[in-house]
Amino acid sequence: MKAWYLIPLAIFIAMLVFLGVGLKLDPHEVPSPLIDKPAPVFHLQTLDIPSRLMSSADMRGQVWLLNVWASWCSGCREEHPVLVEFAKTRAVPIYGLDYKDQPDDARRLLDSMGNPYIASVSDLDGRTGIEFGVYGVPETFVIDKAGVIRYKQIGPITPKVLHDTILPLVKKLNAA
Amino acid sequence: MLRKPLLALLLAAALHPALAKEAAPVAADPVAEARLMKLSSELRCLVCQNQTIADSNAELAVDLRNEIREKIQADMSDAEIKDFMVARYGDFVLYRPPVKNTTLVLWAGPFLLLAVGGGILVFNLRRRRQHVADPELSRDDQALAESLLHTDSTKETT
Repeated sequence: MKAWYLIPLAIFIAMLVFLGVGLKLDPHEVPSPLIDKPAPVFHLQTLDIPSRLMSSADMRGQVWLLNVWASWCSGCREEHPVLVEFAKTRAVPIYGLDYKDQPDDARRLLDSMGNPYIASVSDLDGRTGIEFGVYGVPETFVIDKAGVIRYKQIGPITPKVLHDTILPLVKKLNAA
Repeated sequence: MLRKPLLALLLAAALHPALAKEAAPVAADPVAEARLMKLSSELRCLVCQNQTIADSNAELAVDLRNEIREKIQADMSDAEIKDFMVARYGDFVLYRPPVKNTTLVLWAGPFLLLAVGGGILVFNLRRRRQHVADPELSRDDQALAESLLHTDSTKETT
């Protein structure tokens, strides 16, 4: 019955494994129920020309990224250079949703740090953000030709996420 | 002497429309506000995850309270409002998540652990009872033990 003494050790090792895995999980990354659902429709004024409205329906037929950002959000400033570099490759059109921001501040940020977006729209009251289930900017959605959300990145986009996840997905969706 | 002018002043103040208006938003619709508080205290704020939308002062929580308030005014039922939230933020927003395949471990896990722990306890208790009942000394052993004990005690006393 010597094996009995090994049981606490086995339980301890199992706990270590679970806790170790738990350390690597981010509790802020809540899986979105909107994956594989049609993207919410919005009609919002563009950041550049407030009198011009843009609708999510205009993007039908192409794979595109919707990047939710704001000038007050530090994570967005962190990912901004990554987006600017990525936009130069023209791999996929990037549109911005300027979430609960002052348009003047937002324009100033784009002037000083570069503008990776084909266009940005202003979500002044955060309503569109709620429709998209946004709870922590920056967030990025990959939306396919039929207007269905295929992926959601919570938190800043890193070059690693871009090359390991987003680019392969965009290629796959473009081929479909 | 002072009473009457004071009373008049109070009356004037009470009837003053501007003052009456100031208090209005708080008690605009106590029933709706109570419903809002009850509903939002069952919903998790995703920014500060251990607070409810009712408790949290995060900007998103304020926005979501306004959203819920509007939905209440639009005569939506509690279930409809919860569905709206779940459709956007997932089951995670509910402090009492529904029993589903994905939440089965969450609901059944504690009972499973209790059953396993209870099983181990019962198993060990049974084994212990067997151990206690086990040793039966033969007559020779008994005599030997007694003599040893005896000599021991005499040694100690001498």
